[in-house]
Amino acid sequence: MSAIIDSIKKLFNREPSSKEVAKERLKLVLIHDRTSISPEIMNEIKTEIIDVISKHLEIDMNGIDISLEGEENSIALIASIPIKGLKRYNKKKSHN
Amino acid sequence: MVGRVIVVTSGKGGVGKTTAVANIGTALASMDKKIALVDADIGLRNLDVVLGLENRIVYDIVDVVEGRARLRQALIKDKRFPTLSLLPAAQTREKDAVSPGDMIKLCEELKGQFDFIIIDSPAGIEQGFKNAVAPADMALIVTTPEVSAVRDADRVIGLLESMEKSEGKLIINRVRTRLVDRGDMLSIEDVLEILSIDLIGVIPEDENIIVSTNKGEPVVNNGNAPAGKSFLDIAKRILGEDIPISLHTEKESVFSRLLRFIGRKGE
Repeated sequence: MSAIIDSIKKLFNREPSSKEVAKERLKLVLIHDRTSISPEIMNEIKTEIIDVISKHLEIDMNGIDISLEGEENSIALIASIPIKGLKRYNKKKSHN
Repeated sequence: MVGRVIVVTSGKGGVGKTTAVANIGTALASMDKKIALVDADIGLRNLDVVLGLENRIVYDIVDVVEGRARLRQALIKDKRFPTLSLLPAAQTREKDAVSPGDMIKLCEELKGQFDFIIIDSPAGIEQGFKNAVAPADMALIVTTPEVSAVRDADRVIGLLESMEKSEGKLIINRVRTRLVDRGDMLSIEDVLEILSIDLIGVIPEDENIIVSTNKGEPVVNNGNAPAGKSFLDIAKRILGEDIPISLHTEKESVFSRLLRFIGRKGE
């Protein structure tokens, strides 16, 4: 009896076919694969960003977090860079 | 003569690279093109047995690279197809016995004598893959409609792009129509949507491959084999012919269809 109910349920509330499952899994795993950048390149990006920002701002070096995140079909570079303080204009000038 | 160098690669093992090399090579040779097949899978050579030439090896690719043999001495001519030659891999050496530079030099020499040089790449993305890919003008990426094979193909396509190998084309191997129809196998369209790369051919699952590999004969020899017809199509497309992609299926006689209908010849 339950087998009949199951098959009726399947008929109306169709479960995804195995190929649909495969396709979804593939898409997800590829988003991850395609966004993974080697640690060396990630480190290079990190130091370059720090260089640029620290020209103007004082950064808390210990609190930096930079990573790539994939959501649905898009990828974003998420950076959290805590700032200790603004560099004063004349302070910068004193380097000259 | 300036030959073109084609590498056949996949990332994942066991998807049919060697079978593809043997059959596309034989198909092109049967169209009177001069073909050199190069087995770059050093340490795990297999192209020789698929072609049925295993008993004729004297020298191999490492002998040529290390100067113990001339290229001419190491190339094995296939007696069934006079324009087909094989440069076998070394079986007792490792991948690092050859460098990408060696492969480029070797292929430069072959280009003067052959229309096409087809390289059988080892599985993986390490040294052996880098050697196989280095001299290539064109890459054929073999995959099957499975999650793992498609994932690896995607990785290889990415690596080829980063090496600026412009022309990459996809072969989808071992497609089972019945499974695709009932929604239990990725379709050709599904794979193309995911990989977004040009398709050069689709090969159906075909028992004739097993039979012909047992005998050391390419399946393109068998005019009735759907896989053989598919490899011939790929060869023609490589030569620039515009042949629409279609999945060849076994022609079933009215009689056998009737038997199957009655149920005596079920699966």
